[in-house]
Amino acid sequence: MNNTPLIETKDLSVHYPLRGKLFGPQPVVRAVEKVSVKIAAGSFFGLVGESGSGKTTFGRALLRAAPITYGTIRYDDGEVSYDLEKVDKNDLREYRKRAQLIFQDPYAALSPRMTVRDIIAEPLQVMGLTKSREETDARVREIAEKCRLNLEHLRRFPHAFSGGQRQRISIARALVSAPKFIVADESVAALDVSIQADVLNLLKAIQQDMGLTFLFISHDLSVVAHTCDHVAVMYLGRLVETAPTRALFAQPKHPYTRALLSAIPSLDPDDRGNAQRLEGEIPSPTNPPPGCKFQTRCPNAVDHCRQVEPVLEQAGDNHEVSCHRWKELLDLGGTPA
Amino acid sequence: MSRLLDVDHLTLQFDTDEGRITAVDDVSFTLETGEIMGLVGESGSGKSVTAKSIMKLNPSNAVYGDETSIKLHIDKTIDIMPLHGSRALKVIRGGAISMIFQEPMASFAPAISIGNQMVEQLQIHTDMNKKQATELSIEMLARVGISDAATRFKQFVFELSGGMRQRAMIAMALSTKPKLLIADEPTTALDVTIQAQVIDLMKDLVAEFGMGIVFITHDLGVVAQTCDKVAVMYLGRLIEQGSVRDVIRNPQHPYTKGLLAALPRLDDLDAPLVPVPGDIPSPLERPTGCVFHTRCSVAIAGRCSADIPQFVNVSDTHSAACHLVEGRVS
Repeated sequence: MNNTPLIETKDLSVHYPLRGKLFGPQPVVRAVEKVSVKIAAGSFFGLVGESGSGKTTFGRALLRAAPITYGTIRYDDGEVSYDLEKVDKNDLREYRKRAQLIFQDPYAALSPRMTVRDIIAEPLQVMGLTKSREETDARVREIAEKCRLNLEHLRRFPHAFSGGQRQRISIARALVSAPKFIVADESVAALDVSIQADVLNLLKAIQQDMGLTFLFISHDLSVVAHTCDHVAVMYLGRLVETAPTRALFAQPKHPYTRALLSAIPSLDPDDRGNAQRLEGEIPSPTNPPPGCKFQTRCPNAVDHCRQVEPVLEQAGDNHEVSCHRWKELLDLGGTPA
Repeated sequence: MSRLLDVDHLTLQFDTDEGRITAVDDVSFTLETGEIMGLVGESGSGKSVTAKSIMKLNPSNAVYGDETSIKLHIDKTIDIMPLHGSRALKVIRGGAISMIFQEPMASFAPAISIGNQMVEQLQIHTDMNKKQATELSIEMLARVGISDAATRFKQFVFELSGGMRQRAMIAMALSTKPKLLIADEPTTALDVTIQAQVIDLMKDLVAEFGMGIVFITHDLGVVAQTCDKVAVMYLGRLIEQGSVRDVIRNPQHPYTKGLLAALPRLDDLDAPLVPVPGDIPSPLERPTGCVFHTRCSVAIAGRCSADIPQFVNVSDTHSAACHLVEGRVS
């Protein structure tokens, strides 16, 4: 893996207008607010957060499927490069071949009226990537094999398949245009554990095989810990911490990351009840608290946190954290749970 | 502790257009007062249907087996299988047994305030008057950690956040003081930090009210943190059961072992994720013999596909149904 970023965002923000007042400034929801990340080429980049954290919106913004209010996104795969916040139509069409999305729900994502072959071939036809039916068929078979789909099944309709098989079909469709960048949004969340492991292993194998870069969006920290090289944690539209996976799990520095980790139910029946509990719930993004967005639930919040919003600071090798008190808390023995 | 629930030889089939489908096959378990039992399995394993059978909540095309017997021991023993009709079942539904569902948004009526729904069920199941029922409902809402309970009491379900809805659901389920609570994936739709809160709450309430809980989930971590004992289901059959420590630390059935190996663990990031090979067979094509043999890597050719394995005791508190498990035949 080299370290040139495939995608680099600077202060990326996505705001949605709320039903407007007649006079005065239009109220907005800051779904994503000033997020700056570098996604290294060939990496498996994890993005975690609870519902309402803005992780899905961020992923969509990178695909230019959400409106960008301000900030920049730079895409550079060595062959072409774009400033995604201002690309024109033609470049955007080209970019869509290089960036694809795998959805969460394999039952909703596949048309029940199309055969598996047609589902996988559709992007090729829409983007005009193949010239003849033979070429399309060859490409579909090649990618279906990579995704461990039975070639006999290409003539069937999706209803005949289980959740795991359907997700493999979705993956094949995303890969058929030979993209460089994949956004996988909760791609294993709807699957049973025994199948989930299979799909995760497949994604990892394909990523290494085809040299892809993944943005892996998930609410499940243990899945992220096992698949991703680098993790970013979002809370209420803000990036709160980002670090290489090992560093993040060995020593989470933001109180929210720590709480999130300790909330995962341990498989050890004797390891009960010593977890640090967060009180309350994630505030509404239409009415975020002043200062640090996490202060309403943070066990370590002080007056300063309630007034001034922290910015990302360097907290180690490739490790950034957005908390006023991270150093102090570390010295106080804010050990990971 | 005293025996609260006996489920014996529960078999349940559904009549469908494609034929009769077996959803639950000869499932037996017991529950003591004050005990939390985890019922674990993947989609299609029959765990929800098993739990619903305890309240006879399955749709009308459900056919119960002849040997099926479900007995609830409260002041007297209630034999549930012979009960028919909503009037006869009123004793258990919402009275002696309450249920919490996965999606609280779908379980509350959208156009009736939370308070009115809570009061209504109290008036049906107890002899409280409206004033008493209102007082108790507000008290229960406060008890489950909802701040400003009197205001929330008047609100509608869409005005509450996800975690708060699930708390309100729990408050409503517990206000009739049920002896048995059936919780069907109560934390699955919640974020982890909220899930942790709800699990703590449920454990506190069991300690306080002393009821028994059947806790349905697919998450073994939640089981380890919540339950006293656990029963693992696969394709309608119980394949392993025992105390949580026994089953999670010393799994015997290849399927339980497979589930644990497939789980990403935070204490060992280098451990590979080992999937259970293959897919769950369609209920229309139930395997003969051991239901798991089609995906089992250690199946004995000829034997596992022909003979249904019986439960053998691994220890006094642990048993598994697999031909490869050595133990005392129970």
